[in-house]
Amino acid sequence: MASTVFAILFYFATLLLVVGLLYRISTYARTPAPLKIPTTPAPTTAGGVVLRMTREVVFFESLFKSNLWIWGFGMMFHASLALVVMRHLRYFTEPVWEWVVLIQPFGMYAGITMLLGLFGLWGRRIFVERIRYISTPSDHLMLVLLIGIGASGLMMTFVAHTDVIAVKGYFLGLMHFNIQVLPADLLLMLHLSLVALLLIVFPFSKLLHAPGVFFSPTRNQTDNSREQRHLSAWAAKLESEKN
Amino acid sequence: MADIVAPAYRTIPIIPALKPGAMEGKGPFVANDKIQEALGFPGQLVDDWHDRAIAKMGELLTKYRSFRVFMDACVHCGACTDKCHYFIGTQDPKNMPVARQDLLRSVYRRYFTLPGKLFPKLVGARDLTREVLDEWHNYYHQCSECRRCSVFCPYGIDTAEITMAARDILDAVGYGQKYSNEIIGKVHKIGNNLGLPGPALQDTLEGLEEDVKEDTGFDVRFPLDVKGAEVLLITPSADFFAEPHIDSLIGYAKVFHATGTSWTMSSVASEAGNFGLFIGNYEQMRKVALRIREAALELGVKRIVVGECGHAWRVAYSFWNTLSGVGSGADEVDRYAQMLQKQLDHRYRQPTHICEFTWDLIQRNALTFDKSANDKHIITFHDSCNVARGSRMGDLPGGQFEIPRNVIKAVANNFVEMAPNTTREQTFCCGGGGGLLTDDLMDLRVKGALPRMEVLQQVVDEHGVNFMAVICAICKTQFSKVMPIYGFDRKMVGGVHQLVSNAIQLGQK
Repeated sequence: MASTVFAILFYFATLLLVVGLLYRISTYARTPAPLKIPTTPAPTTAGGVVLRMTREVVFFESLFKSNLWIWGFGMMFHASLALVVMRHLRYFTEPVWEWVVLIQPFGMYAGITMLLGLFGLWGRRIFVERIRYISTPSDHLMLVLLIGIGASGLMMTFVAHTDVIAVKGYFLGLMHFNIQVLPADLLLMLHLSLVALLLIVFPFSKLLHAPGVFFSPTRNQTDNSREQRHLSAWAAKLESEKN
Repeated sequence: MADIVAPAYRTIPIIPALKPGAMEGKGPFVANDKIQEALGFPGQLVDDWHDRAIAKMGELLTKYRSFRVFMDACVHCGACTDKCHYFIGTQDPKNMPVARQDLLRSVYRRYFTLPGKLFPKLVGARDLTREVLDEWHNYYHQCSECRRCSVFCPYGIDTAEITMAARDILDAVGYGQKYSNEIIGKVHKIGNNLGLPGPALQDTLEGLEEDVKEDTGFDVRFPLDVKGAEVLLITPSADFFAEPHIDSLIGYAKVFHATGTSWTMSSVASEAGNFGLFIGNYEQMRKVALRIREAALELGVKRIVVGECGHAWRVAYSFWNTLSGVGSGADEVDRYAQMLQKQLDHRYRQPTHICEFTWDLIQRNALTFDKSANDKHIITFHDSCNVARGSRMGDLPGGQFEIPRNVIKAVANNFVEMAPNTTREQTFCCGGGGGLLTDDLMDLRVKGALPRMEVLQQVVDEHGVNFMAVICAICKTQFSKVMPIYGFDRKMVGGVHQLVSNAIQLGQK
């Protein structure tokens, strides 16, 4: 019973995530940027823009300039999350890729630093007056959701082990549309439910900052407005009307 | 006016505590129907303002990727919260960049996102009510669109883009701002922000020629509407009249004179400023910019040079090529842009900033200076926001910081920098940019100048600085007005080409 419910839940959540994100991304891509608005100083070549975006996405360059506390906690959370996600690839691959085997121990402890980062960010949201002022209930709940996922996962790693071989069998089965038996373990079900919820809210929430940053005109535009004429389709129409 | 006092300097630059509601109801005058209708906007707040505002927001979401992405991407991390000069000066939490954005974002969420439609309270979404509309008018006219917050945002969210969208929506429902819209009307009708007609401009320039002759003994010309001139100078109209702006105009003229450059100004395009930028309306901004295209074609000039004006340089550098074809690199089949670009000389940057123009000449040893003429000044330089964060000079990123400083150092001996986290791309706005340079916002302007005044005071105390050079007409006006309230001499502020004018030796080469 639970095996079927979770199968449906994960198929639904994955579909929603993929379709929702593709829709959002296509909206961003289709919307024109009629004016050149890079925040200067900006790179003057496409290669320079790639470097700027890389520094922004990998090192959070602007945030580093802005606030070391947010940068520190944010970096701790995102880097840990990346490791944790990569570690989880072992549940979806057979045989497990070499590099995924190598990072297993790091991935396990990254779960702890991920939680530390999240608590740091939440602490700022609660105790720093300015950030408390701008926080909505969903901002708090998003952190609670991520903390719930991290905590339930860590519990299974360090406190009450679940049958990971069966879990892996279940997810490999799902990938081949073949529903296996999911261990009847409350912690596991909590963990999986929260993950499914995260996938579902992703395309409707502020988690869109992840695809959004790549489409930010202030960061991804080349500073070459004098050298090349930049004209959007709707603005070009104004020219054919007059002159 | 008399009751406006400067806020106290912070002894250490701590982040101020919040004072909710501190700037409520301190917004600008509303444009009357005559002003509104001259721009094709509804004269007064229309009856169906609610539906029209939402429709306009929907339209902007499909026309501007910046607006679309910025509405979704914010995670409320708080990185921007202490970066705005108006927040620092007023302590009103709605002047924190993210809170200012959320005034609009909350409505976006309610009408354009699923969670906002289903669970408004949960995601901070709210209905568009009359109170919200008034709040927009109030707080979106307490943003100078200076882009300082965008430097610090991990997603590059630029509050200026959101302020522009809000003002565009307000204009579309008949709830515009008097100051900006009145000025745009004057440009459409007469050709400049001051409403100075051609013959009066001619008189003024002739008067200037006499003054400069008396001062220097040289026949420095201020030509107007000269067909076939090589250079068309587009400068803010404040340069024709206001102090200290006019001293920079004299400086440009001397540079042209000393190098024998054939140049002219235009009575059709007697304004570099473009307040269409401030109200976020593409069509208005384009219409103002087209006057320059028209003048350039009419006069047959080869080069277009722009005088000292911050937002004008952003529009010229970043947008002119798009709006009117003033620039290079238009497609062969782009007949509209080619019509002008075929005429321009592309060995030069089009358009050229006057500081680039002068610096190029200095590098070629084409100018002679007596630097001691500026020895009475200990000079610092205030980076103007639109130049710093919305444009470039020269060929390298950051040339907009180096070139004006290079010019100053070439014409004067004493130069000091202000605190590094308040210059270059981290510069603070003067407090009067973005369409806020009006007496009805005097309280805001004084408070917004606080962070700049604090660091100016530092270099005054430590290095005896007595001159702050700027390359922006709005900065010049704002500082002349606000600095006395902080206890500085208003004559401390002036243009870079005012310093050039002091030191340049005419008749040498």
